[in-house]
Amino acid sequence: MSITIVYTIVTLSAIGTSAAVILYFVAQKFKVYEDPRIDQVEEILPAANCGGCGYAGCRAFAEACVNATSLDDLNCPVGGNETMSKVAEILGLEAVKKDAKVAYIRCNGTCDQRPKTNTFDGVGNCAVAALVYGGESDCQWGCLGYGDCFDVCDFDAIELRADLGVPKVIDDKCVACGACVDACPRDLIELRKRFPKDRKVVVACRNQDKGGVARKACSVACIGCGKCEKECKFDAITIENNLAFIDSDKCKLCRKCVSVCPTHSIIEENFPPRKVKVEIEECSTAK
Amino acid sequence: MLKTFKTGGVHPPENKLSAGKFIEVLPLPASVFIPVSQHIGAPSIPVVKRGDVVKTGQMIAKSGGFVSANIHSSVSGKVKKIDSQIDASGYMKQGIFIDVEGDEWLDEIDQSEELMKEFDLNGEEIIKKIQDAGIVGLGGATFPTHVKLIPPKGMKADILIINGVECEPYLTSDHQLMMEKVEEILVGTRLLMKALQVERAVIGIENNKPDAIRLFTEKAKEYGHIDVTALKVKYPQGGEKQLIRAVTGREVPSGGLPVAVGAVVSNVGTSFAVYEAIQKNKPLVERIVTITGKEVAKPSNFRVRIGTPISMLVEAAGGLPENTGKIICGGPMMGKAVTSLEVPVTKGTSGVLLLKKQESKRKNAIACIRCSRCVSVCPMGLEPYLLMTLSEKQIFDQAEGNRIMDCIECGSCSFTCPSDRPLLDYIRLGKGKVGQIIRTRKK
Amino acid sequence: MSNILTVSPSPHVHSGDSTKKIMYRVIYALIPAIIWSVFVFGLDALRVTFIAVAACLAFEYLIQKFLMKLQPSVTDGSALVTGILLAFNVPAGIPWWIIVIGALAAIGIGKLSFGGLGSNIFNPALVGRVFLLISFPVQMTTWPVIRQAETDALTSATPLGILKEGLISGKPVSQLAGELPSAQDMLLGITGGSLGEISALLLILGGLFLIYKKVITWHIPVSVIGTVALVAGAFWLTDPQSYIQPVYHVLTGGIMLGAIFMATDMVTSPMTPKGQIIYGVGIGVITISIRLFGAYPEGISFAILIMNAFTPLINTYVKPKRFGRK
Repeated sequence: MSITIVYTIVTLSAIGTSAAVILYFVAQKFKVYEDPRIDQVEEILPAANCGGCGYAGCRAFAEACVNATSLDDLNCPVGGNETMSKVAEILGLEAVKKDAKVAYIRCNGTCDQRPKTNTFDGVGNCAVAALVYGGESDCQWGCLGYGDCFDVCDFDAIELRADLGVPKVIDDKCVACGACVDACPRDLIELRKRFPKDRKVVVACRNQDKGGVARKACSVACIGCGKCEKECKFDAITIENNLAFIDSDKCKLCRKCVSVCPTHSIIEENFPPRKVKVEIEECSTAK
Repeated sequence: MLKTFKTGGVHPPENKLSAGKFIEVLPLPASVFIPVSQHIGAPSIPVVKRGDVVKTGQMIAKSGGFVSANIHSSVSGKVKKIDSQIDASGYMKQGIFIDVEGDEWLDEIDQSEELMKEFDLNGEEIIKKIQDAGIVGLGGATFPTHVKLIPPKGMKADILIINGVECEPYLTSDHQLMMEKVEEILVGTRLLMKALQVERAVIGIENNKPDAIRLFTEKAKEYGHIDVTALKVKYPQGGEKQLIRAVTGREVPSGGLPVAVGAVVSNVGTSFAVYEAIQKNKPLVERIVTITGKEVAKPSNFRVRIGTPISMLVEAAGGLPENTGKIICGGPMMGKAVTSLEVPVTKGTSGVLLLKKQESKRKNAIACIRCSRCVSVCPMGLEPYLLMTLSEKQIFDQAEGNRIMDCIECGSCSFTCPSDRPLLDYIRLGKGKVGQIIRTRKK
Repeated sequence: MSNILTVSPSPHVHSGDSTKKIMYRVIYALIPAIIWSVFVFGLDALRVTFIAVAACLAFEYLIQKFLMKLQPSVTDGSALVTGILLAFNVPAGIPWWIIVIGALAAIGIGKLSFGGLGSNIFNPALVGRVFLLISFPVQMTTWPVIRQAETDALTSATPLGILKEGLISGKPVSQLAGELPSAQDMLLGITGGSLGEISALLLILGGLFLIYKKVITWHIPVSVIGTVALVAGAFWLTDPQSYIQPVYHVLTGGIMLGAIFMATDMVTSPMTPKGQIIYGVGIGVITISIRLFGAYPEGISFAILIMNAFTPLINTYVKPKRFGRK
């Protein structure tokens, strides 16, 4: 009996020791040097693994940061400037301040503005519908409404609005990772500069048809009339293919374009209510 | 034992309501809309401008590349505008609007019905004339015919297959054309053989058209080197690869051209168009279109000018039935549902099908029970259930590995699925994505 | 336009076949065997079938509605099929509460815990049967006497049971053959056993109906039965005193029921014909190994469950022949 115990102990010890020796040499042989800073950088990153930086995940981004000689082209949209400056501190590099961005779905073709002219009876998926035709309304540029952007958003920053027929971005939650921009088959979503209090002035339309056709399909379509372009003092608005576009980097939020837009396709959001201007105008004409 | 292709296939109810109806000529419309993109390949470039007066048969848009085709005016009149309008693709497409005034044809076009058998052109001249006439595959794929006739370097065709299969349910335009224009089609076939320098042609006809098989077997004897093969009725036998497999037993390699196995396939309608282009100098300005549907008062076959709105066809067939739920350009298996009757007839429109409301809605999809029917019916030997899941979950590398790009979008899988799953919807989506990935990889 | 058109991707027509129709075709194919079981075992057979079906339907409805919070899908017929197959796999005299436990195991563990119809890895009815066989071995192997038998005994044994017991106690096959029913009786179903496994003939008829209706293909039944016959035949040829003729192996026990109705369950069997043959051969080999060398007299239920587990692997590696590829 006791001899069995001894044999057991001896055998097991021998196996254990030899395994340890082998493991040691194998570990030496296949040792890979890894910059410890990669771990440090990864620690700081938000661990969202959203891919908004253009890399496969936070780890890949951290490796890219460590290997980079300058941080100019590297940006974590989720962490923003704060995170990037911390990363720069670890790596001894200079972080470039980048404007925070927010996604915006440039279509205001809600159910009452854009009459439905047919029913789609396929998979409820924007990309599938886009392969078949222009959509349930006569506007072939607008939101299809099946929520591919909603499906890809990892941050719950897009809400489907059954009452509107068009999804909306929740500004507070949006980290501008850009997943929805790629998911939208209509190229409706744009990453725009984030202004204080999430104020925005934006052309909520992508319709590139001629004015009449666009207007017939949707009452709030941009008809490319060019009034906003003339009104804008900052050259922020350009008209191309019957469609106005406001460059958010140049826009000063003066909101002049909003008032002149005949179809109300330019939208202002999160501003305090406007003062009633009628009286002032009367005074000025009285002078 | 009749010949057919080996892998997969389904047999949808044929519903050939307009079979045996003689081809009638549809009256000229008041105006036409001729899209500049009616074929696979680069859109054509308009060569007329607003206000120009054009004659029937006059070229109004020239091909925009090698894989492209000329477009000719199908009517005489004045160019109203060059603008976009919705077509069968479901999107606004650029095209030429012409207001019809009279019906004045170009002088060199022979409009008589007289049969002209003899020709003394060489192969290159024939191809040149086909290219000038803007002929594309009239079976529905609309691939420019002249491109098919010039095989890539190092490849040589040894057999021409004429597609008289018409495997899509409801459609009868090819069948009726075969019954009425047998000699013309055979002359067209001779012309194509000459252009391709092949010694042998086979006309494949499905066994549900015994009258056409009899007629062609009898007439083909006079022409020599043209055989007629009766094929077992099975969808999608009209698919190029399936037809080659059925007739010759050869399999076109994955991703390869049919000419890689020495075969070139052309539709009977295309043969007829080739005949008209070469013997009558008539470019492709009209085609045979079936208008059909269970509720349609008069299902018929019409000869229609390209650019005619399908509303005219519907009128001529007895008006839009009360409970129409879906309008399809093409057949029920591969056709495109359209949103408006303003959609024009184009080179690829083989039929217009009006479905009842009850037939228009799909049933709700339920869970896959892995019955493997989609696998057994897939003519390309794919696994649709797997490809659907991979596309849905966006696992595109595996989808590519499982040969998603081989899918010919015949719809047999969705047709047969007992759980009504939208297999092809997702596979088409995945195919698009994988195609994009492959293109970026090549760059 | 008052008449709003529908737009959808092609194809615009459908074969009209449905999952429900498939399930009901399986049920039609099982009806002759149900009637035969009533003829052989009396109203007890009807009682067992009724309890099993009712319990399966009830569990499916209750679990989907209250545990999974789904719209219950009891009408699709799949729980009905599971219920009948479960009843076919138990002896006629089994107490009602054991059937209910079996139904809970079949529907709850075998099917819904994986996500319901289409997601289960194992055949639910067999999960139920094996669960019962292991939990209640005595009740599950107490076979009532068939009405056609001229005996006063209260219980009988299955042919496979007689064989196994006999061989273990050292009797040669020639001696045991006298105690076994004739091959003709086994084909017709005048023998003891579970409810649905006794009449090979009626099960084959049901299978032919399913093949005719294209619910199943010939690959799985033929490969299972063929393998059993071949392997059993090989052993019989080497030593006819220790191994019985293959015809007994094919006609007794659950081979017919298993090969035609259980192994062919669409959800848990491979997708391609080639894969189905591999699967069928696997079932045959495992079955006969258990029968000849294992502790249990019958092994088809274990064999099917084991091969069910290999199905995803077979699906991954056995692909259909791609068009245009060598």
